[in-house]
Amino acid sequence: MYVTVDRDLPAPGRRALRAVPATVFALGAVSLVTDVSSEMVTAVLPLYLALTLGLTPLQLGLADALSFGVTAVLRPIGGRISDRWRAKPVAVFGYALSAAAKVGVLLAGAAIGPLAAAIVADRTGKGLRTAPRDAMIAAAVPAERQGTAFGVHRAMDTLGALLGPLAALAVLAATGGAYRAVFGVSFCVAVFGVGVLLLHVRDSPQRTEAPGPMWAILRDRSLRRICLAAAGLGLFTVSDFFVYLLLQRSGAVPIHYFPLLPLGTAAIYLLFAVPLGKLADTRRVRVLLGGHLALVAATLLLAGTPSAAVALVGVLALHGLFYAATDGVLMALAAPQLPADGRTTGLALIQTVQAAARFVSSLAVGALWTAWGERTALLVMAVGLVGAIAGAARVLR
Amino acid sequence: MRRAWITAAVALVLAGGATAYAVSVRQPAAPAGSTALAGDRIFFRDSAGQVASVRATDPSGPRQPLGLRCDRFAAAATSAICLTGEVGASLPTATALILDQELHETRRIRLAGVPSRAQVSRSGRMISWTVFVTGDSYRTSGFSTWTGILDTRTGYLVVNMENIHLYVDGRRYYSPDVNYWGVTFAADDSTFYATVSTRGRTYLARGDYTKWEAHTVTTGVECPSLSPDGTRIVYKRRDDVAPGAPWRLAVLELAGLRSVDLAETQGVDDQAVWLDPATVAYARGGRIFAVPADGTGTPHELISGGTSPVRLRAPG
Repeated sequence: MYVTVDRDLPAPGRRALRAVPATVFALGAVSLVTDVSSEMVTAVLPLYLALTLGLTPLQLGLADALSFGVTAVLRPIGGRISDRWRAKPVAVFGYALSAAAKVGVLLAGAAIGPLAAAIVADRTGKGLRTAPRDAMIAAAVPAERQGTAFGVHRAMDTLGALLGPLAALAVLAATGGAYRAVFGVSFCVAVFGVGVLLLHVRDSPQRTEAPGPMWAILRDRSLRRICLAAAGLGLFTVSDFFVYLLLQRSGAVPIHYFPLLPLGTAAIYLLFAVPLGKLADTRRVRVLLGGHLALVAATLLLAGTPSAAVALVGVLALHGLFYAATDGVLMALAAPQLPADGRTTGLALIQTVQAAARFVSSLAVGALWTAWGERTALLVMAVGLVGAIAGAARVLR
Repeated sequence: MRRAWITAAVALVLAGGATAYAVSVRQPAAPAGSTALAGDRIFFRDSAGQVASVRATDPSGPRQPLGLRCDRFAAAATSAICLTGEVGASLPTATALILDQELHETRRIRLAGVPSRAQVSRSGRMISWTVFVTGDSYRTSGFSTWTGILDTRTGYLVVNMENIHLYVDGRRYYSPDVNYWGVTFAADDSTFYATVSTRGRTYLARGDYTKWEAHTVTTGVECPSLSPDGTRIVYKRRDDVAPGAPWRLAVLELAGLRSVDLAETQGVDDQAVWLDPATVAYARGGRIFAVPADGTGTPHELISGGTSPVRLRAPG
């Protein structure tokens, strides 16, 4: 008996995972389930809108742009409410709203107004829940284990994103191509996610004192420094769409494999989210900046393709590493530095700043590409990102 | 422990609900149907996604299924295209099925994206289609259209025509954001018209397949479709006629570039087709309508519950 127990002693890595509290795993499970649900819909929504309802790319683009604006505004508001009250009810509301949006899509039918409203409601839910959820992860672990906790959460989240489209495919195959069935099943999965959140996630303790005024949060020095760094880095982040489009153009992949490219990134992300998160517990800034260096390398590789196959494997690997080293790490870096009474608002502001900077960046890449061609556009972004990394290194020290 | 049981019970109930719903909306398999493109008939995609045909002289009469499930269907003379969308591992993929007159598959082209438009030239030789491609659905927005052309005589395939030499207002034009859609071939099987969009503007372009170049003709023309005599184009133009459906059907005379709005007052988002030199047909709200091509008259429902109409005449 004794021997068996001895042999089952966890490896050092395992021990680190054990230190991750159940609440983080529960939040990871909620994200996993919710991502299965939402990625089921994202996988079929363009098809459904275009084929069943006859919407055009332009209309889809408008709905997307609209959601982007809505999310940007709502994130800080959701954060502020969580800080004043409690994080869990806001997160529950966000997840529930996204779940209800799936029914909205079903009920809207071909009516474009209600349909757009349902899509916007879905993104609104996402905008509201993200910061409270990250704040709950941060509240559940001590500062020196934030990286691991966020790594675990993001890995589970990505696993859900990978499984979602497969689930949609399975439902379509089983029903002879009934898109409505995908939305129905997706709704049930989303409700299950809300159930797991309600039953298994321990709420952050009730605030005893009122949070500081908004201006005090905004004037927090570490928040401003992190926002500045996130904005600088975001401005020179080449968006995923361009990465995949350029890879496709390099001729390395037959056209019908185009949809598989994001899976390459996601797989690497899934593989490295926990190890890099753990590494980030000892050297946060370095991992965050190193991740951006991986993106510099990916951008340069795209600009000067030695051979199509090398570019394909290299770019996807570097792109996955970039996400693994930055996505959760930025939150893990920020959360302990923010004052407890304004943490969720602060996290939300960082997310909004980052999203807005990336939005500007994708417009800029488009403009640069048009004016000077793709290679110059990529080189400008790579050089800019190196500058932003140097700047962030100074600001975050 | 109690919470785990509740979670399991919730999962069970939801799984049951999901299964019951999926079963209730399941679609039946395609029935077998006729096996050839023949007779004076109108082919269309019915509300269940099956291609069917009716007699051109009796559109509300009996429907004959073709035994094909397509999202967009087009046919002329000796060939047809069945454009089908599937959900791949992550993003939509599509297949263009090229069929001969007996509806035997002659070619299968795998594509990425969502099926949007398909046309076959009058002789049946040139086949074109448009899919639109969205980016990584997880984090970004953005789309582009990929328009392909297949020459069924030589077998030469252009998967994405965006490398065609484009001249805007007479000057050679270079830009990465050029998108083409809705190609329609003339009777010579080389001249074609298409929509090209770049930097927020849409143009009508006249292309020459043999010389592989295209010139813009005018602006604001989307999803063109060339009349049987090659002198006019039915198209949709931006116009906020109905909320959320900002397009209106119009006919452009190519000789003088004069445009006439058609009598359809509702928003139409479709690549209309010519039933005959005086009438066009199009899908709106899942039904197929016909309207005179000169701006007079009123639209009338041709086929209830259908999209993607195309009229096929017996050759000769």
